[in-house]
Amino acid sequence: MATNEVLAVRCRDVKKSFGQGSARVQALRGVNLEIQPGELVMIVGPSGCGKTTLISVIAGILDQDEGECRVYSEDLKGIGPRARTQYRGRHIGFVFQALNLVPTLSALENVSVPLLINGIHPREAIARSTEALAKVELVERKDSFPGELSGGQQQRVAIARALVHEPKLIVCDEPTSALDHETGRKVMKLMRDVVLSEDRTLLVVTHDARIFEFADRIARMDDGRIVELTVAGPKVDQSKGAFQ
Amino acid sequence: MISVAIKMLLRDRRKSFLMIVGLTFASLLITQQMAIFLGIMGRTIGFITDTNLPDLWVMDPKVKFIDDIKPLQDTEFLRIRGVEGVAWAVPLYKGTLRARLEDGSFQVCNVAGLDDSTLIGSPSPLRMVQGRVEDLRHTDGVIVDEAGAATKLSRPPRKPGGPRTPLGIGDVLELNDHRAVVVGICKITRTFQSQPLLYTTYSRATTFAPRERKLLSFVLAKAKPGVDPAKLCARIRGTTGLAAYTNSQFSDLTIGYFMRNIQAPINFGISVLLSFIVGAAIATQTFSNFTLENLRYLGTFKAMGASSGLLLRMTVLQTLLVGAVGFGTGVGVASLFGVVSKGTELAFQFPWQLLAGTAGAIFLICILSSLVSLRRVVVLEPAMVFKS
Repeated sequence: MATNEVLAVRCRDVKKSFGQGSARVQALRGVNLEIQPGELVMIVGPSGCGKTTLISVIAGILDQDEGECRVYSEDLKGIGPRARTQYRGRHIGFVFQALNLVPTLSALENVSVPLLINGIHPREAIARSTEALAKVELVERKDSFPGELSGGQQQRVAIARALVHEPKLIVCDEPTSALDHETGRKVMKLMRDVVLSEDRTLLVVTHDARIFEFADRIARMDDGRIVELTVAGPKVDQSKGAFQ
Repeated sequence: MISVAIKMLLRDRRKSFLMIVGLTFASLLITQQMAIFLGIMGRTIGFITDTNLPDLWVMDPKVKFIDDIKPLQDTEFLRIRGVEGVAWAVPLYKGTLRARLEDGSFQVCNVAGLDDSTLIGSPSPLRMVQGRVEDLRHTDGVIVDEAGAATKLSRPPRKPGGPRTPLGIGDVLELNDHRAVVVGICKITRTFQSQPLLYTTYSRATTFAPRERKLLSFVLAKAKPGVDPAKLCARIRGTTGLAAYTNSQFSDLTIGYFMRNIQAPINFGISVLLSFIVGAAIATQTFSNFTLENLRYLGTFKAMGASSGLLLRMTVLQTLLVGAVGFGTGVGVASLFGVVSKGTELAFQFPWQLLAGTAGAIFLICILSSLVSLRRVVVLEPAMVFKS
């Protein structure tokens, strides 16, 4: 793993709470985390420990109350809502736990959404989306609607959607929670083989211990803090294709 | 993203169909009810619009509408001729007389008595179905409107249960015990009372009419070239003490009277309001559900970098799209209704203002129905997408 001067993610003493008075919940109690570009970091921990809040802050969806969080040196809190929305659109990709594929759009149309949001011409968006679907070996199902695809295929469409606009950072929330063991492994293998690159960082929130082996590092959270950061080397045979 | 918004809407066939149906019914009912109402109001001024050669109508100041006859002295039209700016002025008799039909039954008719020498006020030659306007100069001549001749004044069947024969040229009527010979049949704009209309000369009409001291109903006048008819009306009022109106002023006076004194505006108004409310309710409920079901995806778009403005534009576009389809379909069906009812007793007027008004109403429904959804989109928190 190459170490660059510019960090993909740098969080310093990030704090975030929800609610007020007696209902106030301190979700993040001072998180410190540094992620190198090209790294695949998994954030693990029990439910309610602050994993989703942390990736929401890192992805610029939530503002932290205190502390600093930079993504590729950009302070997303400081640049204002409009610029933050644009930054998300251009530089961050998402794979959601519920996938959130629009049921009335075909696989190809779903994948093209991030490009259309960024103002790319529809014709070019379709061409690039077809390429992205080819990367996840699903181009033959490009005209299928999500309801016509299996869980693993839907997950691959979601991955294609996350990488189609070539973001620097891809944030995945429980990407394998709805998949069986074998399909989950295939998806993670795909993530390492196709999605991860020197210029692209992956941040994965998961409960699924069966996929830990795919991480470069694992950040274990508890009660709003990162309590352990371990190095876990990838155990994937890079010479094999993603779905062999 | 425009195409994405359209696909999301149209591929949700059940909801888009429901929204379009709601707006179609609103559009259809608003247009159809208003068209009938305008048709009825148009009939109240049918005689004024058919009498389009003069610029001015002069009458007793207490006249409230076209059928409210308060006779003047026969010599009043000569006074009007003397007013500066008047090119010509002619007398017009308008009244209702009983016609005795061939089978001995009676039918109340409107009778218009036109200036003997000029026949000003007669139907346009283009509207003559049989005969000529000049034939009124024949002894006892009357011109009968086509609908009246075919229905209320028609001749009895030759054998029991057979069809009635429309009145034709040469047929004879009795008007107040006076002989009247049909010399022509003409088309007219149907009137509010739906009674047959007979045209004849002024002198003959006053012969038909019961003897009264005053028989002149209106004076029809024309302004000289370059003279403003509205200003001339004011001058006539000042000079003679009579009421004088331009064609449009007299139409407004008549419509205003009927609006105030019959229940139709209230009844039609209620129908239009109910159509608006039902259309708005269906559209709002369905569109609100549509947005609610798509909120997760809109949140996903927001997380992926779509601005609130873009999502608002998508939502408004979806509303306007169903609005346009619903409006077009509703107006189309209403137009079809108008075409089918053409030539029947049903009053139906479809001016462009009605089209614009219905479009405005449907647009308002669209705005109202999207307000709830727009609010949801604006306050949408993209962090919701991380909830499973």
